[in-house]
Amino acid sequence: MSQGQPIGIMDRIKAHPVSHLIVRDGLPRLEHYLQSRWKTVVVAIPFIWLLIFFLAPFFIILKISVAESLIASPPFSPLFDWASDGAMNIRVVFDNYSYLWEDELYLQTYISSVKISSISTLLCLLLGYPIAYAIVRSSHTTKHILLMMVILPFWTSFLLRVYAWMGLLADQGTINNFLIWLGVIDQPIRLLYSHFAVYVGIVYTYVPFMILPLYANMEKLDMTLHEAAADLGAKPFKTFLTVTLPLTLPGIIAGSLLVFIPATGEFVIPDLLGGGNVLMIGRVLFGEFHSNHDWPVASAVAIALLLVLVIPMMLYQRVQAKQAEEA
Amino acid sequence: MSEIADLQDQPWLDPDAVPFIRMQGLTKNFGDFTAVSSVDLDIYKGELFCLLGGSGCGKSTLLRMLAGFETPSSGSIHIDGMEMSEVPPYERPVNMMFQSYALFPHMDVGKNVAYGLKMDGVDKEEIRLRVGEMLALVELSEFSRRKPHQLSGGQRQRVALARALVKRPKVLLLDEPLGALDKRLREQTQFELMNIQEKLGVTFIVVTHDQEEAMTLSTRIAVMDAGKFVQIGTPTEIYEYPQSRMVADFIGSANMFEGRVAENGADHIIVRSKSDGADFYVDHGLSITQNSKVWVALRPEKIKISKSIPTQPGTNQLKGVVQDLGYFGSLSTYRIKLASGKIVSVTVPNQVRPRHGRHAVDWEDEVYLSWDAASPVVLTK
Repeated sequence: MSQGQPIGIMDRIKAHPVSHLIVRDGLPRLEHYLQSRWKTVVVAIPFIWLLIFFLAPFFIILKISVAESLIASPPFSPLFDWASDGAMNIRVVFDNYSYLWEDELYLQTYISSVKISSISTLLCLLLGYPIAYAIVRSSHTTKHILLMMVILPFWTSFLLRVYAWMGLLADQGTINNFLIWLGVIDQPIRLLYSHFAVYVGIVYTYVPFMILPLYANMEKLDMTLHEAAADLGAKPFKTFLTVTLPLTLPGIIAGSLLVFIPATGEFVIPDLLGGGNVLMIGRVLFGEFHSNHDWPVASAVAIALLLVLVIPMMLYQRVQAKQAEEA
Repeated sequence: MSEIADLQDQPWLDPDAVPFIRMQGLTKNFGDFTAVSSVDLDIYKGELFCLLGGSGCGKSTLLRMLAGFETPSSGSIHIDGMEMSEVPPYERPVNMMFQSYALFPHMDVGKNVAYGLKMDGVDKEEIRLRVGEMLALVELSEFSRRKPHQLSGGQRQRVALARALVKRPKVLLLDEPLGALDKRLREQTQFELMNIQEKLGVTFIVVTHDQEEAMTLSTRIAVMDAGKFVQIGTPTEIYEYPQSRMVADFIGSANMFEGRVAENGADHIIVRSKSDGADFYVDHGLSITQNSKVWVALRPEKIKISKSIPTQPGTNQLKGVVQDLGYFGSLSTYRIKLASGKIVSVTVPNQVRPRHGRHAVDWEDEVYLSWDAASPVVLTK
C-alpha cells in the first residue's frame, strides 16, 4: 500500500484481518455505501451542468441549423409537425450547410479566421513563453507581483480595454499623435480597422491564457535538469531544444489551444478593431443572426465553426489524458 | 610493502607527484556569506576523494565550482594542468552525478545515457556501443527502453552514474551519491561504486555528509567546516589521529576529557584531568608545553570494561557505574557514569551470549574502565 493514497476498505481488510470482523457489523459497509454514493453526487454535478448549459443549447442550435428560414416568430420552421392524419413529420433541411459550402464568402471567412487565430497563437507563444520563463525564474516576491500583473487586466471590463485600444490606434489617436509629435511621420498612418489592429487586440487579450498554463508547467520543471544538460556538454541553446522545449510541450499545447479556440470565434475584437476590413467568422455569424435575421444559416455557421474547432479540442483532451496518465 | 609501491598508492605523500586537480585560494561569496573561504587542495589522478561536512559547510559549493555551475569569487582551479575559471560547464572535462540524479524524464534510459555523447557529436554506431557497454557495467542492459519513472531508486542511481561516466570524464563529481537510497542498498552500492572506480581509473570527488560513507569509499577525506578544511587525510588518519575536537567528534564518537599536561617526556605524556580524577598516559611524545590545557579523546571501542579491579593500579583507568545499556546484537553500548558525574560511552563486542537474560556487565554494575596507552589522542584545539 503506497502512502498518500486514500485507503480503500479492501486495503484495510488486507492490512488488518481484524477489521474483517467489523465488516459483518455493517459499519464499514455503510461507510462504503456512502462513499460510493458521494462519488456519484460529485460526478453528477458537472454532468448536469454540462447537460443543461452545453449539450441542450448545442442540440437546439443543431435543430435550428437544419430548419428553414421563415418570417415568423421564431423565424424558422419546426423540426416536428403533425400531419392531418395524426402522423408525425420530421423536417430536416441541409440547404443551410450546402449554402455555406457554395457561397465562397463563408469558406474564405473560415480560412481567414483560422489563419488570424493561428498567427495570433504563434505571436502569443513567442511573447508568452519568455515571459512565463522569466516569471518562473524570478525570486519568490517578484514572482507574485509579475503573476499579478498578468492577471490584473481581467479586473477591468474586456470591452473597455478594446475601446481603449481603439483610442490608442485611431487616426487621431495617441500613437499617431505621438509619432507626429516626434516627427517620425507627418500624416497619420492607418492602424485602426486593419489586420494589424486585430492582431494587436487578440494577442493583447489572449496572452495571459498562454502565460498561465506555461507558467504552471514550467513551475514544475526541475532546474537541475538544465545543469545536467550543461554538464553533459549541451550549450545553452541545445539545452533549450533538447530539455526545456520537450518538457514544456504540454504547457505550450495547453496554452496554444486556450488561445486558438476562443480566438477563432472571436467577435468583439474583429468587429471593433478590424471593422469591415477583416473577415472573421464571429462577425459573419453576428451579421446572419441580427442583420439578415436568418437563424438557420447563423446556426449552420456556428455548427460548422464547432467542427473546425473540434479537432484541436480533441487534441487538447488527448494531451491532457496523456499527462494525467504519466503523473 | 616497498616504498615505491607506497608512493604509487598514496601519491599525496610523494613530493614529486603532479596533482591532477589543484585548487588555490579558492573562495566563493554569496553576498555577505562566505561559503568557501580561501581553500587550497591537491587531488591526484585515480583518487576517490571525499568532501565531508555538515550541511552548509561549503562542500556542495566547492563541487559546483569544479563543475562550473558557480564562478569562484577569487582563486583558481586547474584540472589536468588547465585553468578552469573561464571554461563553461559544457566544455569542462568533468561530469557530475547529481544528488537528485537529474535524469531527463522524457527520455528512456538509453537516451539518457547517450545524451552526453550525442552532444559531443560522436557517431551513432559508437554511441550505441558505448551506451551498451556502460549499461552492462551498471547491470541495466535490459532496462534501456524504460523511462526513469519506471525505475527503482537504486536503478535510477545507476543510470545517473552511467550517464556521467559514458563520456569518460577526467573527473567524476558525485553529490551525495547514496543519499537517496535506503541503508541496505547503500551498503551494496558503496562497493559497486568502488569497483567501478577501480575498473575505470577515473578520479572521483564525492560530497557527503555521511561519515560512514566517506570512511568506506575514499582514499582521502577532507573534513570541511564553515567553508574551510579542518583536516585532510586517509580515513585511518582522520579516525585515529584527529587533529581537533571538531574532527574527533564529527567522525565517529569520542569521549572528551579536559586536563593539563602533567608530564612531558620524549616518548610519553601524562595528562591529568582533575575534574574526572584520571591520569592519561600517552605512549608518544608531542611538542607541547608543560601544564598547558589539552583535551584527551578516547574512542568508545578502545575502552575495556571489567567488573574486577585492574591488576596494575595507576594511569589509564576509571571507575564508574553502568547507567545505560544499549544492546545492538553484535555489540553493546554502555553509558558509564563516573564519580564526577561525567558520562563515558563504551562499545563492547558481544563475544559471549548473555546467560539467563543477564548481560556480563549489566545495569547498575560497578565497573572499571581501562585502555591501552596508544589509544588516547591528545588535542590542543
